[in-house]
Amino acid sequence: MATEAIYPHRDPMLKKRDDFEDMLEERRNSSDLRYALRCYTPVLYKGLAPCKASMLKSMVLQSDQLHHVIGQVSRETGRAADDVQEEASAILEEMAHCLQLSTVRFFAFTLSKVFKTLFRSICVNEEGIQRLQQAIQEHPVVLLPSHRSYMDFLLMSYILYTYDIALPVIAAGMDFMGMKFVGEMLRMSGAFFIRRSFGGDKLYWSVFSEYVKTMLKNGFAPVEFFLEGTRSRTSKSLTPKLGLLNIVMDPYLKGEVYDINVVPVSISYERILEEALYAREMLGVPKPKESTSGLFKARKVLSEDYGSIHVYFGQPVSVRSLAQGRVNRCQFNLVPRHIPRRPSEEIQSFVNDSAYRLVRAQEENMVLKPWVLLASLLLQNHHQDQTAGQKRGMVLEELTAQAVWLRDMFREYGAFLHWPDHVPPSEVVSSSLSLHRGLVRVCEGRVQLAVEQGGQVKPGEPHSTVTPEEELLSQAVIVLSCASYRNQGLHVFLRPALLASAINAASSNLKQEVFNSFSFLRNMFSNEFILCPGATVQDFEEACYLLVKTGALQVTQQELLVTERGQRTVAFLTSMLDPFLQGYQVVCRFLCEEATENLTEKQFVPAVRKFIIKHLLAGRLRYTEVLSSDLQKNSLAALLRLGAVQKIKAAEQGTLKVNKVMVNSLEDTLGGRLPTQKAVGARL
Amino acid sequence: ECVEWEVTDGGGSEIMKWNGWGYSDSKFLFNKKGQAEFTGKRYRLSGMIIPGLKDWMEGTFGANLQHKTPATPLLTSSAVQPATLNKAFLEELKSTGIPFSHDAEDRVFRAHGHCLHEIFALREGKFGRVPDMVVWPNCHNDVVKIVELACKHNVCVIPYGGGTSVSSALECPPEETRSIVSLDTSQMNRILWIDEKNLTAHVEAGIVGQDLERLLNESGYCTGHEPDSMEFSSLGGWVATRASGMKKNIYGNIEDLVIHIRMVTPRGVIEKSCQGPRMSTGPDIHHFIMGSEGTLGVVTEVTMKIRPMPEYQKYGSVVFPNFEQGVACLREVAKQRCAPASIRLMDNEQFKFGHALKPQVSSIFTSFLDGLKTFYITKFKGFDPNRLCVATLLFEGDREKVLQHEKQVYDIAAKFGGLAAGEDNGQRGYMLTFVIAYLRDLGMDYYVIGESFETSVPWDRVLDICRNVKARIIQECKDKGVQFPPLSTCRVTQTYDTGACVYFYFAFNYRGLSDPVHVYEQVEHAAREEILANGGSLSHHHGVGKLRKEWMRDTVSNVGVGMLKSVKDYVDPDNIFGNRNLL
Repeated sequence: MATEAIYPHRDPMLKKRDDFEDMLEERRNSSDLRYALRCYTPVLYKGLAPCKASMLKSMVLQSDQLHHVIGQVSRETGRAADDVQEEASAILEEMAHCLQLSTVRFFAFTLSKVFKTLFRSICVNEEGIQRLQQAIQEHPVVLLPSHRSYMDFLLMSYILYTYDIALPVIAAGMDFMGMKFVGEMLRMSGAFFIRRSFGGDKLYWSVFSEYVKTMLKNGFAPVEFFLEGTRSRTSKSLTPKLGLLNIVMDPYLKGEVYDINVVPVSISYERILEEALYAREMLGVPKPKESTSGLFKARKVLSEDYGSIHVYFGQPVSVRSLAQGRVNRCQFNLVPRHIPRRPSEEIQSFVNDSAYRLVRAQEENMVLKPWVLLASLLLQNHHQDQTAGQKRGMVLEELTAQAVWLRDMFREYGAFLHWPDHVPPSEVVSSSLSLHRGLVRVCEGRVQLAVEQGGQVKPGEPHSTVTPEEELLSQAVIVLSCASYRNQGLHVFLRPALLASAINAASSNLKQEVFNSFSFLRNMFSNEFILCPGATVQDFEEACYLLVKTGALQVTQQELLVTERGQRTVAFLTSMLDPFLQGYQVVCRFLCEEATENLTEKQFVPAVRKFIIKHLLAGRLRYTEVLSSDLQKNSLAALLRLGAVQKIKAAEQGTLKVNKVMVNSLEDTLGGRLPTQKAVGARL
Repeated sequence: ECVEWEVTDGGGSEIMKWNGWGYSDSKFLFNKKGQAEFTGKRYRLSGMIIPGLKDWMEGTFGANLQHKTPATPLLTSSAVQPATLNKAFLEELKSTGIPFSHDAEDRVFRAHGHCLHEIFALREGKFGRVPDMVVWPNCHNDVVKIVELACKHNVCVIPYGGGTSVSSALECPPEETRSIVSLDTSQMNRILWIDEKNLTAHVEAGIVGQDLERLLNESGYCTGHEPDSMEFSSLGGWVATRASGMKKNIYGNIEDLVIHIRMVTPRGVIEKSCQGPRMSTGPDIHHFIMGSEGTLGVVTEVTMKIRPMPEYQKYGSVVFPNFEQGVACLREVAKQRCAPASIRLMDNEQFKFGHALKPQVSSIFTSFLDGLKTFYITKFKGFDPNRLCVATLLFEGDREKVLQHEKQVYDIAAKFGGLAAGEDNGQRGYMLTFVIAYLRDLGMDYYVIGESFETSVPWDRVLDICRNVKARIIQECKDKGVQFPPLSTCRVTQTYDTGACVYFYFAFNYRGLSDPVHVYEQVEHAAREEILANGGSLSHHHGVGKLRKEWMRDTVSNVGVGMLKSVKDYVDPDNIFGNRNLL
């Protein structure tokens, strides 16, 4: 076909991925104690000997950079340099890890026990481990795991210990330090702690960045941190945070090391431990402060089955090759390298693009379980039921058939899908359903979400105890949990889905028109999904390519035409994005109708939530998942970015100033009532 | 170092190799027993067997004595492009009586410097654009006449001194359609006067380094300017490229040594009116001349500082446990401003290389001593033989001060874990400088090509640049399909208050490559980019020539290039000095 030539993409189907080994298998067959006490002799960068934590600290305190900043702070504040030096030392004390093999061994033992109870298997791509081992010997290594659970970093260290690879030092949020004992344990297993925000604190930044760079430059240990900054409550990848990435790339850019290997790691959970916790959090039940006693309450978690975990160590990415032709390193020639400077625009955009590339690399290697497909289908069905008033749920056979259809589509789009082909589809489906029985139930041969429906109050309970709002919220917990599993697969067809929605919204089939619409949606949702900045045309072409390849679309010189057999695909894709479209519209409506002059940023989420609950109860809104505070915050971020809302700095807190005309027109454009403005996005 | 001396005359090609480095009688070869040997009588190493060289070459490059790549032995004149002669120019030139030639051999000899690609092509008997004739002016006035005639008849002039350029500066621009005249300054080789009151000497610019020193020595003086190429390079060439000498710590670089310059340009003669030791008379016009690389005119006469010959000279060496410590020591020496006449730090690979060049020792006692030394350093002091590195030192001055100075430097070295390693090691280190270029010819007989290049860099960047450039060379070789691991090594050869000069050696076995020179050039290009990205300069003393032109704009800014251009446009509007270097 001619279109193939126009869009010469590498076929996602051809993506080569490694096989997995279950590392728990050996744990089940041999002694955990012996495993925990075995000889551990990892290979280090350039055959270095490991460095004592105390030596590391003194290297940081004696560094030129810190020296410079201490002098600067002392001059600016009039404090004695010794005093500032002491503060720096205290910051470092609070921050620094003190990795101890004994603690690691303790964790190796207990985690073996815990993992064996919780999980059926922990599958790791051993080829990836070998590549990592190689990478560690060549250059300093940064590990970038995805972040979906507290479990992530313990799991990472556990795996690396098992494969005799140098244990990483891990950037952890200060919140862990609230748990006295656990915090110290984590510190001894390699965590170092950073405050969540230290915006203007020069000294803190300096100690922190020097600490990370010293570890990295000298290759004492791989540095591990989460690009997404925090756990994703929605299972969608989060917009990457650039601070730490900036820091770890700095030694390369300044020529202090020849290269740095960055290794994206994708950790996918079949069932997330925090599943219901996340949903509640997004619905406004505040996150419990991490406390040791809270952790013990989590013991009941231990009795459940959480399926399997897949950990994929991606191809190491050389920072040097990323920067090739993008960054002119001569820019560091004229100022001493130890004087901290704001990164230039060139560097900022380079780090930003790299961050997106790395998050996409994480996404690509996320293993998707059949349940992801089922959750997507069931959610769509759930919302259609509500409107059509039909019998609730899907017939099991119908669900299976649709899942098989979706499976094939996923595969064509290059998803890393783990669907056991040797097992009949019906068995695959039923085993998935049984693992997630907290979220779905099968009743009279129909599968439905496990939401309590109005009027189904159990006998004996007085009707008045449950308000409609409470009922709605408890339904929403289930819906949001399911949505988080659906979200695991979103990245696979995000671009085709944006195109499908654009085709729907555009007033004609003209390519340029569809592109304008695509570009508008893409721009609107770039806080919601991982969409690399400046890649609109590329994304559009990728979307066209995939839809053409699967026979859903025909592309001519001028037009995009959905084929007969493509209708189903396009309908599916469109309804995938629909909750987001509606959600953004409702936020716009809220801002136009209800936002007061002095709405603060803090008040925004509770207020918009109230507004949405009202609309949901009145039946004016279809999607319960719009209640997700994540979606609300993302849409606000998008509106702020587009300038439709402005943050006004007030005495106490920033207030939001709404440009109602603009918000209104955005809402209408999202709803397809207004054509996309020509001004948006790039030309084709 | 040199024991014999000859003035290179007009047709000096019998004494000198036409397709390799240096004297025809001096070269490395493997004798019938398969042992390396250095022929001739000129150098300390001459006539000696070097037992370690074969193993080193095989071990380092994977070279094999069975796999030879001999050079074309004779120059075939028919392969040389016929000369494009400007009849009118020739007629008028004849009337001046200045000797000239359009013999193919003379022309080819002056068509190149010593870049790898130049020598490689010569060895294969390939010649590109060569000068159409060679003229040998005898004095300043001859040069004035030649340049006047060149302007009158629109002939391109390329000044030629010692021919040791490594920047493609002597290559004739292939696009040049005019007749190209190579202006060989070799006959202008006299010391015109010595002024003992002011300690200056007025010298013709064609004089070669070793002759200048020898002649001055006869009167009890020296300039102290000793670039590694001093056996062959000329005073005019030093001025035109901003040369640097090994002993610059005592005597200074060329810009510090020069008091007065006379240069013939198409606009006329440029010179200052007096010999004041320093002037505040606007930008120093000498700095338009120094580094002009033959694009503005011909330097004909130079007044230079001279010094009484040093009473005492002493070599020395220090072994450091690793390169980092060595650099830290050099930095400290520079900080205390107590650098000896020369101080150089070789990295581990180069240390091993130097070791491989040790001549066969004559007595059991020496070899026993060597063994003892090795034992002491590696076993007793715990130095890792794969990490240790050596600094070589040269002290000069009156005896007492030298000994005092020596102690000061060794004391500093001790603070960085350095151990004194004897005079002999030091002296051999400097000898290496003179024979290394001969070694390249040996390598080229056995599929090994290589070259050196240099930069200058602030102190805080020295370690980073050394590490990164060496690593880049290795990576690029791998990426470009080089089948054997390359030799990628460096040394710090000069220290300054704020930084150092770093020299890189790079060589590889090119068996299995279809276009080795192209691969070599790509790797060198990448290495230069790496140097610049790490805060290194485009060149410390080799100059820009045509090889490094592409980076000039980034190096000196747009305005800087504009300034240089406007000088060129004024001085030489018709581009008579058309070697197209620099800009």
